[in-house]
Amino acid sequence: MIEVSGITKEFGRLTAVNGLSFSVAKGEVLGFLGPNGAGKTTTMRILTGFIPATRGTAVVAGHDILSEPLRAKRKIGYLPESPPLYPEMTVFDYLEFVARIKGVPRERRKARVDESLERCSITDVRDKLTGKLSKGYRQRVGIAQALVHEPEVLILDEPTAGLDPKQINETRALIRSLGGDHTVVLSTHILPEVVMTCDRVVIINKGSVVAQGTTQSLIDQFREKEHLHVTVEGPQSEVLNTLRSQDGVMAAEPAKHVSREGDVVTYRLSVAPGEPGGPGGPGGKVRRELAARLVQAGYGLLDLHQEGTTLEEVYLRVVSSEEPGEVP
Amino acid sequence: MGNVANVWALARREVQSYFASPVAYVVLALFIFLFGYVFYDYLFVFLERSMGRGGFGGPAETLNLNQDLIRYVFLTTSVFLLFLVPMLTMRSFAEEIRSGTIELLLTSPLTDFQIVLGKFLGALCLYTAMLALTLLHMAILFFFGDPEWKPLLVGYLGMFLLGSAFISFGLVFSSLTRNQIVAGFLTFGTFLFLWLIEYAESWAGAASGLVTYLSVTKHLEEFAKGVIDSRDVIYYLSFIGLGLFLSKQSLESLRWRG
Repeated sequence: MIEVSGITKEFGRLTAVNGLSFSVAKGEVLGFLGPNGAGKTTTMRILTGFIPATRGTAVVAGHDILSEPLRAKRKIGYLPESPPLYPEMTVFDYLEFVARIKGVPRERRKARVDESLERCSITDVRDKLTGKLSKGYRQRVGIAQALVHEPEVLILDEPTAGLDPKQINETRALIRSLGGDHTVVLSTHILPEVVMTCDRVVIINKGSVVAQGTTQSLIDQFREKEHLHVTVEGPQSEVLNTLRSQDGVMAAEPAKHVSREGDVVTYRLSVAPGEPGGPGGPGGKVRRELAARLVQAGYGLLDLHQEGTTLEEVYLRVVSSEEPGEVP
Repeated sequence: MGNVANVWALARREVQSYFASPVAYVVLALFIFLFGYVFYDYLFVFLERSMGRGGFGGPAETLNLNQDLIRYVFLTTSVFLLFLVPMLTMRSFAEEIRSGTIELLLTSPLTDFQIVLGKFLGALCLYTAMLALTLLHMAILFFFGDPEWKPLLVGYLGMFLLGSAFISFGLVFSSLTRNQIVAGFLTFGTFLFLWLIEYAESWAGAASGLVTYLSVTKHLEEFAKGVIDSRDVIYYLSFIGLGLFLSKQSLESLRWRG
């Protein structure tokens, strides 16, 4: 549905986007993740035909945005960073105006406006001036505006920025519900947002893609070492020996921040990453064998769990590395 | 190209936004007040002269409503457009650039030229309303006298063309900046200059022909007399064409200015 290949955008000497490529399948919700200034907004502006790329092509819904801009734009709904509202217009008039310029035929216009109002739960403010609305409502009118011509592709630039937690949840649920019917690209610098709303993530930094995939595949891809937490009842040095002799365990230390009562100690183990797809996930083999050995040796095995690698860790790693290309 | 509905949608919104703010009311009120004042003033002089009580105390003159009154009303009131038109056009693009709504327009299935045309027609609608209000004064003349309507119509055509030309250039300046005050002053300054060069004729020497040709109000003189000279029509039409073209170019450059 969206095919971006090698787009580069230079503003004078500054390269905002550098050879960016990715694609989005029909009905997918793609999260565009990156720190502020990574080139998210520039990329979205290129995709929507607001600014041309210096090099590279972007094909949206089968139309190249540069060579067939009008056809492509008819199929794109776009929410810029701040909703493009005319403060002196009522919500209804505004949406009707947008429907007109997006080429919704007269006979369908009113139905489309009503449906967008409904979908974004803003029917109750339809006769209010957009300039008088609260931030949350303004944002929703912005999304309604993007929906009004039933576009195949929705491009939302930071749709939850500046909203309160309740509004954020509502907006995320709304975006979630839009996937399937629409192909959605949303940008954000908030991680949990991606996990909650997106099928797939593209992480960009300094204008280049540093990682992409589903959230789980990203976590797996960036996992170097496993950490296990084992809580065992037994003499500390003997237990440590047992732990260290286990095949695959690279290091074992009593965990620093865990309180110990008598002989019950929690240890933190570094484990070589196992085969990612194996039973029990990466490191599953080590955990299985370790549990059996500890029990056979007569120690009380109270707890054994894998320390989670979160997308946050992955994200921080890829965006803070100096050379984006060198990330594994 | 040529999607009239799109252009009309833009023009309609433009007019609505004029009337949603004080702009339309201020400009209309100011224009009708100044026009009324000038009209009254010239009418008074006209009556005095025709009754032999003119400034030079000569005998009663036989005066023509078209040539001795309406003509001067047009020529004098056209000067007001120098500052009234910038008030109409200064916000048209500047405000959209400032608030970010320009992003909505430029990502909609509209050509840049359609956007410019919509803005142009919107401002032109308001300007036409300004001119329409002055028909009231003309109606008084028809009620109490018998002016000829053809030269009057030609005078209005001239005013319409002059206004259109000004509007098209007002749009250029409005699209250059996100600050409507700056846009307004640039427009006003340019119009003032185009008006002033009329007086450069005396010292411009060899270039005086060119200077006269460029002067924007000079071309109204024949229209005000009721005469359509194709040179004047071509002048205004090319002026409008150039303004629209430059606005379109400027809008396009917004895209790569980012």
